[in-house]
Amino acid sequence: MDMSNPVKTASSLPLLSLESLPQRQCATVSAIDWAHLSTPEARRLRELGFDEGVGVEVLHRASLGNGPIACRIGRMTVALRRAVAGAVLVSPVTR
Amino acid sequence: MPPVPGAAPLVALVGNPNAGKSALFNVLTGARQKVGNYPGVTVERHSGKLALPDGRIVDLVDLPGAYSLEPSSPDERVTRDFVTGTQVGERLPDALVVVVDASNLDNHLRFTLQLIALGLPVVVALNMFDLAERDGLTLDPARLSTELGVPVVATVAVRRRGLDELKAKLGTIIDEGAAIRLRPSNGTIGEDIVTLQRRARKIAAAATVSEAPVRRWTHALDSVALHPIFGLMLLFAILFVMFQAVFYAGADPADAIAAGFDWLSAQVKGAMPDSVLRSLITDGIIAGVGAVVKFLPQILIMFFFILVLEASGYMVRAAFLMDRVMASVGLSGRAFIPLLSSFACAVPGIMSTRTIEDEKDRLTTILVAPLMTCSARLPVYTLVIGALIPNTKVLPFVGLQGLVMLGLYIMGVVGAFVVALVLRRTVTKGASSGFMMEMPKYQLPRARDLALGLWSRAEIFLKRAGTTIAFTTIVLWALLSFPKPPDGSPVSAVNYSVAGRIANGIEPAFRPIGFNRDIVLALIPAMAAREVAVAALGTVYAIDTTGDKDEAKMAQTLHARWSLPTALAFLMWFVFAPQCISTIAVTRRETNGWKWPAFMVGYLFALAYIAAGAVYWAAIGLGL
Repeated sequence: MDMSNPVKTASSLPLLSLESLPQRQCATVSAIDWAHLSTPEARRLRELGFDEGVGVEVLHRASLGNGPIACRIGRMTVALRRAVAGAVLVSPVTR
Repeated sequence: MPPVPGAAPLVALVGNPNAGKSALFNVLTGARQKVGNYPGVTVERHSGKLALPDGRIVDLVDLPGAYSLEPSSPDERVTRDFVTGTQVGERLPDALVVVVDASNLDNHLRFTLQLIALGLPVVVALNMFDLAERDGLTLDPARLSTELGVPVVATVAVRRRGLDELKAKLGTIIDEGAAIRLRPSNGTIGEDIVTLQRRARKIAAAATVSEAPVRRWTHALDSVALHPIFGLMLLFAILFVMFQAVFYAGADPADAIAAGFDWLSAQVKGAMPDSVLRSLITDGIIAGVGAVVKFLPQILIMFFFILVLEASGYMVRAAFLMDRVMASVGLSGRAFIPLLSSFACAVPGIMSTRTIEDEKDRLTTILVAPLMTCSARLPVYTLVIGALIPNTKVLPFVGLQGLVMLGLYIMGVVGAFVVALVLRRTVTKGASSGFMMEMPKYQLPRARDLALGLWSRAEIFLKRAGTTIAFTTIVLWALLSFPKPPDGSPVSAVNYSVAGRIANGIEPAFRPIGFNRDIVLALIPAMAAREVAVAALGTVYAIDTTGDKDEAKMAQTLHARWSLPTALAFLMWFVFAPQCISTIAVTRRETNGWKWPAFMVGYLFALAYIAAGAVYWAAIGLGL
């Protein structure tokens, strides 16, 4: 993702990628950058319930280097690599 | 295939992974199940008989878990083909039992909608209903049934709740469905996945009476299990216990099995006159099969841990923790436990690669698993290191012998990583589907499911691999026994045999890597299992191993006859060479053909030859 030109929402709030979402910060999926994903990755991501408007939250990050992240999506916990998480754009929800 | 008139109705159990499908299958069919393979793929076919309340018998097939009808793995392809009636050798099922996790309706209902759209009679098992309640989720099965248009039964497989109702509904839909014909379908679905997902979420919301925050238990446990520091500590503690159990608890049963085979051999020797047949039975079949079967206790203990880790939901967490390390050589975190298991024995390691979804990841893992230093190498390492490596201290508390042993283990791991890296860029090249998976809820494994799992592993090892192993040990026996030397010949039986002649023939090829003819000859029977090399060297050097195995005498003989460079080359050979027919047989089974085991054997022998030669000449060069 090109960080110098962040995607804007209608209200002009910059979107975060799921990769950079702070742990335990609730958010909703705003968009998924399908072009950055391979076909099997894209399909698996859809099958695991990633879709616009779904609630998401980063639960854990693996410790060793750039390890995968575990996140809650809907009522499910899913592990995915950071490259994939980087393609999921989210907007934080303030509680 | 068209339905067979008069045959028992065929019902498929189908659903997402982690829906508790296998537990439901186990309680529905009890011990009356059969494990086979679908033709042409390494996907297990689990089937069993189920009695309906009216006494009718139904054939129940437990299909592999899938996320949708668009397959992304061989497992999912079997599921898709089975429910659409296109699976080779299978007829279209008469009804489907769709299993969904009650606490994960959003996701599981999408696949359910796809399955309902196929037009077959469907009953939905709203499974793990108790866990959903524990999670603070109140569901309305009747409402869900209205929304989906098919019967819904709340079930708790592990507590046998809802089973009678499920069976009764199943009987009803089979009767009702008898007249209905399947819509023409080739597995493509009318609605795309996004639309289905949104419909699924709407239905789930309608059927949910109230909802509390998700899975408190699992989250609490995960905050330890996935913790950057405590998580790794927990993982290594679990692995420590696992290896202690394999090596210590597995040792006595292994000795007992070996003693049992010795006893059997002695009985046959006592009951039969000396003949070729007696030699075939005792030296060929009993000794050969015994050498392999004695690994069964270790394999089963290893599998016990693997099954517990898998059933409890921890396995995915271990994969999560190790994914980064495994990704650095092009593998997924899922490869970690199979490779680690291979330190005990490559057989359970290779068999447990079935949990790796991506075919190329899985194949790469299978191909490098034999490089992990398995327990069968230990007797060989111990003998040769004890005989030829001086027992000096390099540092206080650091002995040279121990250091060499450690070096051999490290060589194996480094070798596996380098080979994985190379394979991933060449023969198993291709986009990896990466590491993206659902982390299931933690659950207490059930003894019954574990027992059934262990039984099926033992059966696979003993029956399927066993046939290949028994055949190969007979061939090896024949090579070592025929032709017989004439009476009074100064040449020993082994040297006169075909194996002796093969050793003569190929010895020049091994001379450049420092192997003498005796070693080459010992390598032939050691194809059965690595530790057979110890006994084979005894035979070659005519050391009486019939009484107490005189290892000290063996060590003296080796010390007198081998140079240090030769011994080091021999050790390097055993780091790499595929001297294990069980591994080759299991690889054949798991990759469904001879292509990959042949490739594995070829590359491992090539590596062994190069490594042994390099070490031999380096040692000569250093003046050792």
